Amino acid sequence: MPTRTFIEAIRDGLAEEMRRDEAVIVLGEDVGKKGGVFLATDGLWGEFGDDRVIDTPLTESMIVGASIGAAVNGLRPIAEIQFADFIHPAFNQLVSEAARMRYRSNNGYGVPMVVRAPYGGGVHGALYHSQSVEAFFTHVPGLKVVIPSTPFDAKGLLKTSIRDEDPVLFFEHKKMYRSVRGNVPEDDYTVPLGKAQVTHPGTRVTVVAYGLMAHYALEAADRVEEDGISVEVVDVRTLRPLDKATILESVRKTGKCLVVYEDNRFGGYGAEICAMVAEEAFDFLDGPVSRVAGPEVPGVPYNHALEDWFMVDPEKIAAGIRKLAAY
Amino acid sequence: MTVTGRQAQPLGAAAGLTEDDLLAMYRLVALARAVDERMWVLNRAGRIPFVISGQGHEGAQVGIAWPLQKGHDWIAPFYRSIATCLTFGMSPRDIMTAQYATASDPSSGGRQMPGHYGSHEHNLVSVSSPVATQILHAVGIALAAKIRKTGQVAMAIMGEGSSNQGDVHEALNFAAIHKLPFIFVVENNGYAISVPAEKELSVKDVALRASGYGMPGVVVDGTDVIACYEAAKEAVERARAGGGPTLIEAKVTRLTAHSSDDQQTKYRSAEELAEQKGLDPLPKFREALVAAGVLTAEREAALTAELKQIVDDATDYAETQPDPDPATAMQWVYAESWPSEEPPAWSPHPSAGGPSGGGSGGH
Repeated sequence: MPTRTFIEAIRDGLAEEMRRDEAVIVLGEDVGKKGGVFLATDGLWGEFGDDRVIDTPLTESMIVGASIGAAVNGLRPIAEIQFADFIHPAFNQLVSEAARMRYRSNNGYGVPMVVRAPYGGGVHGALYHSQSVEAFFTHVPGLKVVIPSTPFDAKGLLKTSIRDEDPVLFFEHKKMYRSVRGNVPEDDYTVPLGKAQVTHPGTRVTVVAYGLMAHYALEAADRVEEDGISVEVVDVRTLRPLDKATILESVRKTGKCLVVYEDNRFGGYGAEICAMVAEEAFDFLDGPVSRVAGPEVPGVPYNHALEDWFMVDPEKIAAGIRKLAAY
Repeated sequence: MTVTGRQAQPLGAAAGLTEDDLLAMYRLVALARAVDERMWVLNRAGRIPFVISGQGHEGAQVGIAWPLQKGHDWIAPFYRSIATCLTFGMSPRDIMTAQYATASDPSSGGRQMPGHYGSHEHNLVSVSSPVATQILHAVGIALAAKIRKTGQVAMAIMGEGSSNQGDVHEALNFAAIHKLPFIFVVENNGYAISVPAEKELSVKDVALRASGYGMPGVVVDGTDVIACYEAAKEAVERARAGGGPTLIEAKVTRLTAHSSDDQQTKYRSAEELAEQKGLDPLPKFREALVAAGVLTAEREAALTAELKQIVDDATDYAETQPDPDPATAMQWVYAESWPSEEPPAWSPHPSAGGPSGGGSGGH
């Protein structure tokens, strides 16, 4: 099985789906000749041409809004938002339109569309090239939200998202694009939405994470293992619909739950997992449902010392695990 | 429209319209008005909680939608688009069940406020309340039509107030770059709820903005049904031939308040309200058809009787249609029934299932 980087797996997934189904198109800023600022769409324009790989003006609302219309009229658009930080002009189209189209038309119309966006910090991107925006969208019924952490999942979940009948937000941690490698089958396979995965079995503490934090959680699990703390890591993979069962099964076994996310702590996506665990696994808990998350500043600062201060890392997670394990 | 100015030609002949076309168009203008007037009666009688009206816009709506191909082309309408929707295939029952928010309301099954029309059967895109968003959907539909080579034309319609939104700029720019088969229709009634055009627009005509996108912009008298048809026909032909988008601005009058919750005498003078009666497209079209000998007394009497019967039927039908069952309220959030996730905990409100008074105001 060939080894691929995270971004190569995404590129493979895009190309394979475009070959499989001519209704699939890609549109966004710089996605054409340049192949995207991160090169996620590199080569697609050469293979599929102007009609199916469309360089758009700098108009995020149009990218999403026109994708909605194209989906209504028979295409399966994959819209690229160059950085998740720039998705906000499209918020209205995503939340008022894409998310509600099926519900408000009583199933008259659906929006089979994927919106891809690189998110996350740790790459010297500062306030406007580092944001984690998932909480804005996981709040909205009608949207599906996917954050893969391995090349295998990236390709498999992307294919499933493209084939899905509803709008999927597909967030890719940009620090992982070239730093994460893994085995990816060349054949056509899919990974179902709505399934979390236990990526490290353990017995004393459950750590729930996604994206880059799913990797850092694994590193933290290795560090505390030296202290004799056995950690089970659950990679959420699909934030909405959420696989409650896998998380609850793990927490009911370990009795302790630590949720990790890179976004600032207050009202972040992980808060919902904490609430769910508190409500549905209360009788099994022998420690407070806890979080390791970003600080309460409105963006990731640029200077490396400040950025390091902001970012959740394996050591901060390990400290959280030790504290919870000792409870 | 001056009947005498058309020489010996029958009315509408220069535009390629037959007598039957004119009668059918007049019927739609009059039907939309009759349905609309009934809505206000039902609102004042306490039967329906909210009305948003198309009165004054009907002539432009029928004329502009007429050259599109029903069931093939697309329209993204707005909340005053009653005549547009009727022209494109929706029935008076469809419109009236939306007012009552019944389970059978084809626009939304009673989920949306009245005025948020849509029909997949008739290629009318479901519309929301944040204004102007639908223009991007129509542009995307036109993009898909071009890529898929379907020969379809997509039209988006809104008022001049909505036309100031940023989505309009993004949409027109993209549609023009790619020469999409797209038509942007602005029904300019001079008011964005209470704000007059001079405080919404820095130019007299929205159509002037078209030149900034490199597309034709046309101003048409929205009370002249045939002129509206001609403007739209030209735009449709251009779009279908690959000539790109057109902006059509129809100058119309809003004969009613913004909605049943608005009191327009607070911001429009009695003099202005009296003057605008002269800009009503319905009597104007009627007089032209009578003068041309198309609308005979006999035909008019028959039409009047038919419209009353249709509106009564639509009202009676909607009155007796059941409310949506709260047990269905979790359906169609997604195509599948909450895949892989347990449906969120939900229990009916204690009063659910009781009489709702035909949609009790809170929709």
